[in-house]
Amino acid sequence: MTETLEVSLFIFVLASFLGYAVITRVPGLLHTPLMSLTNALSAISIVGSLILAGAGEAAFATILGTIAVFASTTNIVSGFLITDRMLKMFKRREAPRGSSAAPPNPPSGATP
Amino acid sequence: MNATVLPLAYLFAAGCFVLALKWLSHPTTARRGVKAGELGMLVAVVATLLEFEIVEYQWIATAIVAGVALGVPLGLLVPMTAVPQRTALSHAFGAVAAGLVGTAEYYLHRPAIDATMMIAIGLEVVLGFLTFTGSLVAAGKLQGLIRDRPWVYRGQNIVNLSILGTALLMVAALVARPDAAFLFPIGVALSLVFGVLLVIRIGGADMPTVISLLNGCAGLSASMMGFVLHNNLLIVAGALDGSSGLFLSIVMCKAMNRSFVNVLFGGFGATSSDGAIERRPVRSVDPEGAAFLLDAAQSVVIVPGYGMAAAQAQHKVRELTDALLKRGVDVKFAIHPVAGRMPGHMNVLLAEANVPYDQLYDLDAINPEFPQTDIVLIVGANDVVNPAARTQTDSPIYGMPILDADAAASIIVVKRSMRSGFAGVDNDLFYLEKTQMLFGDAKTVIGGVVHELSKLPAREVAAV
Repeated sequence: MTETLEVSLFIFVLASFLGYAVITRVPGLLHTPLMSLTNALSAISIVGSLILAGAGEAAFATILGTIAVFASTTNIVSGFLITDRMLKMFKRREAPRGSSAAPPNPPSGATP
Repeated sequence: MNATVLPLAYLFAAGCFVLALKWLSHPTTARRGVKAGELGMLVAVVATLLEFEIVEYQWIATAIVAGVALGVPLGLLVPMTAVPQRTALSHAFGAVAAGLVGTAEYYLHRPAIDATMMIAIGLEVVLGFLTFTGSLVAAGKLQGLIRDRPWVYRGQNIVNLSILGTALLMVAALVARPDAAFLFPIGVALSLVFGVLLVIRIGGADMPTVISLLNGCAGLSASMMGFVLHNNLLIVAGALDGSSGLFLSIVMCKAMNRSFVNVLFGGFGATSSDGAIERRPVRSVDPEGAAFLLDAAQSVVIVPGYGMAAAQAQHKVRELTDALLKRGVDVKFAIHPVAGRMPGHMNVLLAEANVPYDQLYDLDAINPEFPQTDIVLIVGANDVVNPAARTQTDSPIYGMPILDADAAASIIVVKRSMRSGFAGVDNDLFYLEKTQMLFGDAKTVIGGVVHELSKLPAREVAAV
């Protein structure tokens, strides 16, 4: 096993555990934004696409890279925009009704 | 820029990404999470453009402009009811980017590709291309461009699995002989075909699981790209995406009491005939009668399902909620994890209609409350309230955790017709003594109920 592969696997496994631990805490209420946000984040593959498209190595590589940059850019832009648009809509009850303040309910879907 | 800055920029971005997901754990901090993600993305992209030898700017510029031109309308103009298909489409985009980069890497470096690198490229390409076509089919089904019912034939699993197996065999052969370039396009083609065949056999109500799974595959593919390019940030972001896909798939499978294998290869709901169910008498009610019943109630629980999304009825439901709250009726929403076409679909639609999220309750929170509930109003949901899941051991949905709507004092079901739900099983709930069917398009009939309510005299809240 080469040293780079060892490091890569190390990072992959730890990031997966970390990701899983963090994501299990996202309530069911926000599962749709969760999916669109992680999708936007994984469009970081634009980094690889940029290097490929911009290196000027071979015509076919430039073309494939360019398509990949296009696809990733679309995901970054639309992913962040729609996630924020959705999250903006999640609101609490404005003013508590009645005389005493209503006790706040936990958000839906706290349990997986 | 010197060589230490780029890794630090990537590390910073990876940290931002983890924080973004951490902040998503609560609606009050979630928007901060989006900001963190954007910041990380910006830093990583700028650092990459400065560091690497980019000689062909015009191509990149064109691609970015085109990507923004498509991304802005996809992000800002897509209606909330179409979010499932937009999500499927974005999985396709992410996956095809990974697939294409993997393809280019292979042709640039062959035949000098060592075994580990070839495995990473192979997985990146196979996962990328199968997710690409699979997600396109899913998006087509969700948009109604492709028939929603599962497409099943005898021996389908054997055909599907042998196609995937052959694609992986191509990868294995390429690991042994990286110079055998003719194998590569065969592997790509088989992956593309497998994606189509895998999703075409899966029907509407299984979409939440399928979308989650495709989310995971797209993430894994991006992660493999990180292995190929020795890019740790890509590995981390892909792993985060992959674990979200895995997590959501598990949540969805649990909510249906089905295994992963059963969803992908079980052909659920495929055997059902369209509405060929014994005719038993049901009680039906008109909007006026429903308004009377609701007005007399103390507590109402609304159970939304895909029918609400399909009829775009969420705004009318919100109007009904407002009218009832004004008349002193307590209104709660019961959200089943698999209601709708993707995880969290109902929550987003109701949030769009301005229903506060503290009125939304999940399965475990609401089930103990049904026995004390006067009326359950079911809007376009079916299988998630079917008592057969608790009692009929031979039912395809047996064991699925359901909302115990049948425990309430009375039930009103808004439904277009008596057709069975996705699982193709009859629902005893509809034939109960205490159940009344309110037939019609959800948007129209709920609007009717709101109208009838407004004609009723103001209620004396204190009198009860």
